[in-house]
Amino acid sequence: MSNWALIIYCGLITYLTRFSMIALIKKEMFNDRIREVLSYVPSAIFPAIIFPAIFLDSQGSILIADNPKIMAALIATIIGIFSRSIIATIFSGLASYWFIIFVI
Amino acid sequence: MKTNFKVFLKGIIDVSPLMIPVVPFGLIFGVLAIDVGFSPLETMGMSLIVFGGASQIVLLQLFSGGASSLVIISSVGAVNSRHLLYGAVVSEHLSDLKLIWKIIISYFLIDQAYAISNDYLKKNKDQNRYFHLVGAGTTCWVIWQSTTFLGIILGAAIPEKLGLSFAVPLTFLALLVNDFRKFINVIVIIVSGFVATLGYNYIPFKAYAIVAGLTGLLVAMILTKMVKTNE
Repeated sequence: MSNWALIIYCGLITYLTRFSMIALIKKEMFNDRIREVLSYVPSAIFPAIIFPAIFLDSQGSILIADNPKIMAALIATIIGIFSRSIIATIFSGLASYWFIIFVI
Repeated sequence: MKTNFKVFLKGIIDVSPLMIPVVPFGLIFGVLAIDVGFSPLETMGMSLIVFGGASQIVLLQLFSGGASSLVIISSVGAVNSRHLLYGAVVSEHLSDLKLIWKIIISYFLIDQAYAISNDYLKKNKDQNRYFHLVGAGTTCWVIWQSTTFLGIILGAAIPEKLGLSFAVPLTFLALLVNDFRKFINVIVIIVSGFVATLGYNYIPFKAYAIVAGLTGLLVAMILTKMVKTNE
């Protein structure tokens, strides 16, 4: 598949989700149980992007020792829990990452 | 009743504070897309056609890992499924809208826009209330397109040593800040993260994101059920 086709398909599926949200899906279609489970979707899917990007090196092998990303992500998580701020989380993570690789 | 333009303007003003985190997100996307091997035109096309931060970053991440197109598209679908719930809530306020407006508004219906407009729609019953959503949506659109463009230009100037790709996990981590305080969410996060990391090389077609996501949801179903039976 060409890059453009890939982009268009990803755009289509994103658009169709949004369209079905307001045009097809009604609140009554979800019972409390489905709603409860759907509320866990971000917690279930985002770690699949987060963890491999932190714990795997560019070859895809697990890297624990001498991996500055683990410490930086940990600091970002703690800052995130206390500040509840998206921007503080991102910047504290990047700042501590740079501090570890450039200063220490 | 306020004029259409005033409601539109109110949408712009209300959504503005939410645009602060979108700026670095857009920049990072532009920089990384070039880094991963998309042309500047394709990168701009992605922001114009997809217009969704999480979708676009997942696309990049899986593309750079060598996942097949089918896996990339279904992972993007999985990431989007989180909207279904919120959408069902917003749709209550938009049910009397003409189909043509629903088709247009759908393109602008990103997290920030409907998060902010949902409050307005709840309190306001005017005929033209959805102009608020259009105002908030177009604001996000302008910010997203211009920061993508800036990222494409800056990309060449940013040294690889900075390791800006680390901003991807950080951005998604930031989207979970409110979930770290809840016990079941933390378990789900850890389980999904472990499955994705350990399965990265072994789950066929690089479908690790989907497998980890489904495992996480299964754990959420079991744990929420257990909490209920104990009550």
